[in-house]
Formats: sequence, C-alpha cells, structure tokens
Amino acid sequence: MKTRKQSAGLLGGVSHVMLVLWTILTVTPILYTFLNSFKTNTEIFGDSPLALPQQWGWGAWGRAWETSRIGEYLVNTVIVVAFSTFFTMLLGSMAAYVLSRYDFRGNRLIYTLFVAGLSIPPFLALSALYKVVDNVGLLGTHTGVVLVYVAYSMPFTVFFLAAFFKTLPTTVAEAAMMDGCGHARTFFQIMLPMAKPGLISITIFNVIGQWNQYLLPIALLPGDKQDKWLITQGIANISTSAGYEADWAGLFAALSMAIIPILIVYVIFQRQIQTGLTAGVGK
Amino acid sequence: MRRGRLTPGAVRKWGFIASFLAAPLAIYIIFFVSPNLQALQLALTNSRGISPDFQYVGLENFTRLFEDDVFWAAVRHHGLILLVMPLVTIAIALFFSFLLNLGGGQKNGQLSGVWGSSFYKVVFFFPQVLAVVIVGVLFQAVLNPQKSGILNSVLGWFGIDPVGWLIKPDLALWTIIGVMVWQGVGFYVVLFSAGMAGVPKEIFEAAALDGANRLTLFFKITLPLVWNTVQVGWVYLGIAAFDAFALVQVLSIDRGGPDNATTVLPLEIFRQTFTYYRFGYASAMGVALVFLVLTFAALTLRVTRRERIEY
Repeated sequence: MKTRKQSAGLLGGVSHVMLVLWTILTVTPILYTFLNSFKTNTEIFGDSPLALPQQWGWGAWGRAWETSRIGEYLVNTVIVVAFSTFFTMLLGSMAAYVLSRYDFRGNRLIYTLFVAGLSIPPFLALSALYKVVDNVGLLGTHTGVVLVYVAYSMPFTVFFLAAFFKTLPTTVAEAAMMDGCGHARTFFQIMLPMAKPGLISITIFNVIGQWNQYLLPIALLPGDKQDKWLITQGIANISTSAGYEADWAGLFAALSMAIIPILIVYVIFQRQIQTGLTAGVGK
Repeated sequence: MRRGRLTPGAVRKWGFIASFLAAPLAIYIIFFVSPNLQALQLALTNSRGISPDFQYVGLENFTRLFEDDVFWAAVRHHGLILLVMPLVTIAIALFFSFLLNLGGGQKNGQLSGVWGSSFYKVVFFFPQVLAVVIVGVLFQAVLNPQKSGILNSVLGWFGIDPVGWLIKPDLALWTIIGVMVWQGVGFYVVLFSAGMAGVPKEIFEAAALDGANRLTLFFKITLPLVWNTVQVGWVYLGIAAFDAFALVQVLSIDRGGPDNATTVLPLEIFRQTFTYYRFGYASAMGVALVFLVLTFAALTLRVTRRERIEY
C-alpha cells in the first residue's frame, strides 16, 4: 500500500511539472507582449530581452492608439459582429425550427442543402464570392460582410439548432396552438425561450467565430477601404506596415489592445465559452 | 387537416413555413450556394478578375495544376500537417485531460483530477479564443531568429545558439505545426474532459479498487470509453490540417516561404485570386482542395468506424 502511494506521489509530481510547463508555454507569449509594450527598442533587442521593463510608461499605448487605428477597427468589428450574429441567430433559428418541426414537401432537400455547407471549405468559392458581392454592389461595405457572415454561419447554426428543437417536448407548443396561439407567436413566445440553452451556446460559437474571421474580411474589405477594416485585418497589417518598423513597443501595445478585451470577456464567461465552442463536437 | 387540402389552417401553415424559410434561404443561396456552384463553373474557364469576358477551356486549369510544383508542394505540406498535427495535439490533450479529471487519485473513495484542475483548464483553453492572426503576430516575436527572440533567449540560458525557426526551409513547416498544436491543445483538453465526465465514475472507481494503476486506467479503461470523442476530434483536426491559411499567411516568411517551404493550398488559392486575379485557376485549385478534404473525411469515417461501447 505504501509503495503504491509513493509511486503515485512521484507520478503526481511529474504530472504537475508537465501541467506547469504547459501553463508557462501558454502564458509566456501573451505576457511577453504586454511587457514589451512598456519597453524601449534597446530593451527589446538587448542582451536580456526577458527582463522586466525599466520604466513603466504608457507612451507606446498612446502612439499605438493614434497610429494603428486599433480603436476604429474594434468599433467596426463590434458593429459587424453584433449585426451578423443577431441575424444569424434569428434567421438560423427560424429555418431550424420550421425544418425540425413541420412536415412538408422539400423539407429534407432544404435541410440537406443547409447542412451540406458544413463540408465545403470557404476557399472553393473565394473568387466567385468576390464576384457575387461585387455584382450586388456590396464590395467594401459592412453590409456585404454581414450578409456573407450570416450565409457562412447558416450550415452549422441550422444543423445544431434543428437537432436542439427536436429534443424539446412538443406538448407545450401543441397546447398553445389549441388555445389559438398562431404559428409565429408559438415560435417566438414559447419555443425560443425553451431553446435558450442551445441558443446561448450557438450565439457564443458564432460571436467568437465571426470575431476571429480573417479570410472573409481581407477578401471583401480591400486595402483602399481601410476605414472599414476589421480587427484581424488591422492586426495582420500592423505587423508589416511601415509605420512600425522603428516602433516595436507600439506594435506590442496595439497587439495588447486587441488581446485585452478578449481576455476580459473570456475570464468572465469562460464556462459558457468552453461549452459553446465545444458544443458542436460534443455529441 | 390532411395534406394538400386548402383549409384556412393549411393556408396559414404554408404561409408560416414560407415566411420563415424565405429570408434565411435567400441569403444562404445568394451568398453561399451560388458562389460555390459558380466556382465549379469558373474552374473550367480562363476567367480573370471580375471581367465578364472569359472562355471555357475545359480541363486546362487542372492539367496546369498537376504540372504546378507549388501545388504539389502545398499538397505535401498538408500531408505532413495531417500526419503530425492531429496526433500530437490529441496525445498531449488526452494526457492532460486524464490528469485533470482522473489523475488526482482517490479522495473519499472518489476519483478526482489533480490539484488546480479547473485553473489549468481555464488557462489551457485561452489560445483557442484568440484569433489565429493574433497568434501569428505573437509568435513572430516568440520565434524571432535573433538571440533576442523569446524562444532563442530561453535556449540561450542552456548555451544553445539562436535557431532560425521560420527561416530554415527544413524547419519552418515544423515550427508552424508546433504553433498549431500550441493553439489547439486546450480545446481538446476541454473536449476530452467533457467526454470523460460523461462516463460514469463507478467504472473508474471499480477499476481503481481492483488495483488498476494509472497506466492501465488510462489505456484499458479511459481511452476506449472516450474513443468516440477522440475520433470526432481527429476529424476536426484533420479538416484544420487542410486550412492553416491565416497562420501561414501571417507567421511564415514571405507568405508561405522561405521558398514555398510552408505554403498551403488555401494560401495559393488566395494568392491566385487576389494577387494574380486568375479566378479560373484559383477555382480549379479550390475544387482540388474540396476533393482532398472530402476524401480525407470519407476515409476516416470508413477506417475508424468501430463498435460503440455501451455504458
């Protein structure tokens, strides 16, 4: 008995070392970004790049705010993601509800059309999408990006919510219909509140997915529309743009500004975020 | 209310169905279905940019594709990523999720995770929430080839000379794979933890009571029981292996370099579209990519289909 306990102790020790190592591996790049935003170029490229900054000043943060336009990109992204997630959820749940609860000719076909989108990588239609958005005159506009985000989020949203609506009991809705409640009212006032857990998971999934989207913004919001850019575009650009060649602290400050809001939201909602993001794979 | 009868109730029902499907279906067809169908058409043309003038060239784009060295380099890179990245990510994630859920030994007759489990789960998952672009820029600093790069300065403490993580052609793709693993592990730790939580604790406790050590507990009990979740994870990571676009574009030297050593198909498709405006050729490359992804998915489903363990 004693030997088993000892070997468990040793194994426990090794496991803790591994866990702590991976924690360091995860945290260091992010921590290093914050620290470097307070350093001078000589400190960053000097002999002890891992040392703490000698002076804690917010100078680089001010410069980054002015030159990198991070604030502007953040506002753009908040607007785009707010609209696109709202419409994704509204339209996605409407379609999913009808497809999961009503029997009609073509149901199977429409459902398959939505779900087939899950297996198509977004790169196939890159050129054609550019043409389509250009044809309807929405290239370089947030409206165009919102519509494309909604369309690209449909397959997973419909797939997940249709499965979710199927798990809900039918009796409440039937009783409401008996009492003269219309189809649409039954949906908005009875079914949607009942589906809240599923809706929350998929909302989180879509917010994070659309917030982090990179391919679609760089395809649909070209370089001459810099005032329309989204945060991921801005971040990718600052690492290469000329204004930063001499100002590394500014680059790290701008990067920190992009990370901090996400970090705060994550710390507050980490449980919901973890459930939301793994929801698709879970069962 | 029989089907097809035009009672007022049936009219209302049909009206409701149509009104609820119209908007989602319209947006989806215009901005998703039609571009994908048009891509299949474009792949057979010499279309350049948004110009409406183009000719059908049959399979010419595909013959050119098969003679394109960059295309084959990209395919090889996907092959390497597909072989290494999912396996390493799953192995590390399984190890950690086992420790975090069952590795703490018995307390009051119950198996639990090691001390601090919930803290580790929160920290490990965080990279998943960051945009790949942010991860790319972060790692530009971490992997800086000078001795002031963060990884190289840590190696410097052990007397190791600075390594050109992203500038050595033989090393660059492995470095990119490493960053993909770094970002992905936390997600699969949480996913597998959920899988392990779904298995009744009595199974583990009975095994532990029977004297099973942790290795047995892991390989003989835990792994078979979460096998389904591992399979799903493998499919997801496999599909991710055919993407890698944002990371390679932001992190690698010269976008896919040095000398195409890290390029991937999505990056070439993007380049053909927006740098050279070869919309036809880019679409043909897209068709090839879809073919690869679907082949992978079909093969995986065939090979890994296995009896589900009932509990």
